[in-house]
Amino acid sequence: MTTTDSSATPQTPKGKRRIGDVVFANTASGSGILILAILAGVAAFLIIQSVDSLGANTANFFTTTGWDANTREAPAFGVAALAFGTVLAAAIALLIATPIAVGIALFIAYYAPRKLASVLGYIVDLLAAIPSVVYGLWGIGYLVHQLTPFYQWLSTSFGWIPLFAGPVSSTGRTMMSAGIVLAVMILPIITAISRDVFLQVPQAHREAALSLGATRWEMIRMAVLPFGRAGIIGGAMLGLGRALGETMAVAMILSPALVISPHLLQSGNQTIAAHIALQYPEATGYGVSALIAAGLVLFAITLVVNMGARYIVARRKEFTE
Amino acid sequence: MKLSRNGRFTGLALAGALALSACGSDQAVENGAAPAGSADCVEGGGTLDGAGSSAQENAMATWIAGYTGTCEDTTVNYDAVGSGAGRTQFIDDAVTFAGSDAAMDETETEKAAERCNGSEVVNIPAYIAPIAVAFNLEGVDSLNLTPEVIAGIFNQEITQWDDEAIAADNPDADLPSSEIVPVNRSDESGTTENFTAYLEEAAGDEWPHEAEGDWPIEPVEAGQGNSGVVSAIEGGEGTIGYIEASHLGDLGAAAVGVGDEFVEFSPEAAAAIVDASSPREQNTEHDLAIDLDYTGAGADAYPIVLVAYEVACLEYESEEDAELVKSFLGYVTSEEGQEASAEETGSAPLTDETRENIQPTLDAITAGS
Amino acid sequence: MTTTTKKSSTGASGDGPAPMQRTLLTGSLPRYFAPALLAGVAIVTGGLLFALGTFSIPLFAVFTVVTYTVLVTLASARIESGRKAKDRLVTAVVYTCFGLAMVPLISLLWTVARMGVVRLDGYFLTVSMNGVTPTMDAGGVYHAIVGTIAITGFAALVSIPIGLMTAIYLVEYGRGRLKNAITFFVDVMTGIPSIVAGLFVVALWMVFFGPGTTNGAAGAVALSVLMIPVVVRSCEEMIRLVPNELREASYALGVPKWLTVVKVVLPTAIAGITTGIMLAIARVIGETAPLILTAGSSAVAINWNLFDGQMMSLPVFIYSQVRMGDAINYERAWAAALTLILIVMLLFFVARLVSRFFAPKFGR
Repeated sequence: MTTTDSSATPQTPKGKRRIGDVVFANTASGSGILILAILAGVAAFLIIQSVDSLGANTANFFTTTGWDANTREAPAFGVAALAFGTVLAAAIALLIATPIAVGIALFIAYYAPRKLASVLGYIVDLLAAIPSVVYGLWGIGYLVHQLTPFYQWLSTSFGWIPLFAGPVSSTGRTMMSAGIVLAVMILPIITAISRDVFLQVPQAHREAALSLGATRWEMIRMAVLPFGRAGIIGGAMLGLGRALGETMAVAMILSPALVISPHLLQSGNQTIAAHIALQYPEATGYGVSALIAAGLVLFAITLVVNMGARYIVARRKEFTE
Repeated sequence: MKLSRNGRFTGLALAGALALSACGSDQAVENGAAPAGSADCVEGGGTLDGAGSSAQENAMATWIAGYTGTCEDTTVNYDAVGSGAGRTQFIDDAVTFAGSDAAMDETETEKAAERCNGSEVVNIPAYIAPIAVAFNLEGVDSLNLTPEVIAGIFNQEITQWDDEAIAADNPDADLPSSEIVPVNRSDESGTTENFTAYLEEAAGDEWPHEAEGDWPIEPVEAGQGNSGVVSAIEGGEGTIGYIEASHLGDLGAAAVGVGDEFVEFSPEAAAAIVDASSPREQNTEHDLAIDLDYTGAGADAYPIVLVAYEVACLEYESEEDAELVKSFLGYVTSEEGQEASAEETGSAPLTDETRENIQPTLDAITAGS
Repeated sequence: MTTTTKKSSTGASGDGPAPMQRTLLTGSLPRYFAPALLAGVAIVTGGLLFALGTFSIPLFAVFTVVTYTVLVTLASARIESGRKAKDRLVTAVVYTCFGLAMVPLISLLWTVARMGVVRLDGYFLTVSMNGVTPTMDAGGVYHAIVGTIAITGFAALVSIPIGLMTAIYLVEYGRGRLKNAITFFVDVMTGIPSIVAGLFVVALWMVFFGPGTTNGAAGAVALSVLMIPVVVRSCEEMIRLVPNELREASYALGVPKWLTVVKVVLPTAIAGITTGIMLAIARVIGETAPLILTAGSSAVAINWNLFDGQMMSLPVFIYSQVRMGDAINYERAWAAALTLILIVMLLFFVARLVSRFFAPKFGR
């Protein structure tokens, strides 16, 4: 195998560039630039629309937890509680989902019998398509009732950890439930992408490892995981994006309060996206603009998270070894 | 090459879509199975767009079904985007009428003048829904609650079910010593606004907050929409919340104290309070917005109600808009329309007296020259 | 492929060499050991829990899995080797992960199927909600199917060419700052919350068509914003994985670059690309929040025109029915959810066929 980057190697002979090549190359780069333009449009719109309310805001936008924006005089609102809730919910979801998703992906790629694997792959893809409303319905109508006894146990056994402090909400409509439903939601996404990447690991690598007497786990650790790491992170980012921005499921499950509370088993906290969905219909005065400002913060959070992830991926960028 | 593959794929999808379109139909119910209407149709029909309150969504769907069942040429769209967004869209001339849980205030009326051809805006009460105080408490089927006690519970000052204040009015109930979990709406809503307005006026010092659509204090438990609150009440133990009565289902509803009596909610009792209330002070001649009188309506009236309006212009630019609005709202506020929505959603039909007041306003709607 | 290699590897330490050698190197647990141990553990824990009177399925599963994992690792460490023990441990963990994840996912699918089938029939699929009052025992989902197909189809029509061409650019052409910028911002774009995409389109439409304009095309554009980065990401991964030797062989034959891409690279990656596109469609077909803002939530009649009037879609239909909150509304919502899942299944099935039909045939 060559170690060079694919884009650097082949060159059409200098001088006479074929017309097909020129058109094709320009269409391709044009698409890329179009994406940049769309993104710039989204960002510009968010900024322009939010300036209005941010200018009128009488409270500090980043440290205030309350939300009093539906007025024309002296609105006072902030995203502190919302940003905290958003990151918290997404973090719970990602912490639960990523290891399990990698486990399932490994199972489908290397452990399951071939027939079963293709059926499972199909089911996983299917689950990625279930609308979040349905996850919300299922979460509120079924899952939270199953989880409440578990929360009780968690709180009595580990209540000394602030995260699990009681009293446990009797309805189960808590941050923990929202996080778990989000985890279930993003599981198929991370799994599907990780599985695809695992399946692309060159067979030669795997067979080389096995022929040297490696156990299956050693083969995975030495040949599969290093190759697939960037793909796993990419999948996790996609999942994180959905978890950060998930609206309907959270709005249906979480019993919100604009506070910063680390107690996962009590009702409280709120995410930006759910807050927008709940407030948008009745927003008046500076309300809409303030909600768009909250959307901008959400956008910024995803930006920061993505930069972090890219930094990790960039350090191991050798795709073809 | 790739594109042609996509093309083939798209072709396949299109063929499938065409095959699908061949077997679908808009005739979900046979003609005449829909509530037979006697609406005053507009000749030639047209399209009427409205937007606003989601509280009215079910009622509006009923009215639209009834109206278009009779006036087949006319299409009516109602987008339940929320009262605030509905009023904004109305002001921006995006819709012809708005459904709103609160009458337009003076600033909004001023802003709407431009889209209304310089004329004023009229608020027509069309949908009266009792708000029930629903609870889920094992072994207790009925509760008597005074406004002060309701305020205490929702202000999180009365926290135990066997609190003396509750026990005093419910000598027969077997109240457990468990915690009270008050449930409020997590989204901003007209239901919350009317409920807090009631508490503000009826409970006096026990409710130190102002009336607003957003719940004023940090909630113990909150749910999205009426259905969210219902599922929170059903899912918890010792829960209590306020919902539009049509969503009550099997839940118990408290009888609410009026003076020395306790009134259970019923559509008739809810309609009574509208009759007993006086028009809003700043109303112009044709405006029908009312100031609800929560305390003085007497023992026949159930005091916690939501009154939703249809907001329209007195003068429209186009003849068609004016005719369609007149015709549709005429059906909505007719005895027949009101009965249809009452049957569907458990709302309180407008009384004859109220309907008589509405007619002159509808007659006054015209198209400008 | 994997199974054969696996067999030969276990075979090497299992029955190949002489018994003498086996004791010298490492021992080996017989093939039936793991399943037998699992069955044994299950019976013992099940019996114990029953004896204690605290039997419940979750408790049983947890105890069985934990005990089995510990025992199999210990046994392997004693009889086989540390490396083998670790392998056994990981195998147990991977199976557990899988089982753990399947419980909620299967429960979800089962719930939707069970609740949805109540109302799902030919009538429900072929009529709209035109003239139906919310609690009337009538009405169907046809208009929402139409909307979902039209909106998602249009979104796909916009997103797939842009996304695929960008992916080609990134892998085959891109270099320098522009490439880095696009890669970075595509990543950023995957994180755009769906509701923000909806708000963006609302403002865009406000500028072009006036306030409050809702139509299917607006919904499709909002979905495209969400879909494009997913298409780019998955296509990019797949195109990148095409071995360079293939490209080089093609260049060596004097094939122009664009033809190499179209004739060699894309066909090699077609299976992965199709899956990626399907996944992208799957991601957006269930979006609710942006469609409520852009395509409206009140249409009750069939509308095929993307550019005129509100358009219902299945997720929005589910949401608005849930909001109405009566028993019949929930029935309709579940049935619509089942319909949506069936549509996606159909889509995947077609995609499988497409990728199988077009994938290059390797001489075997």
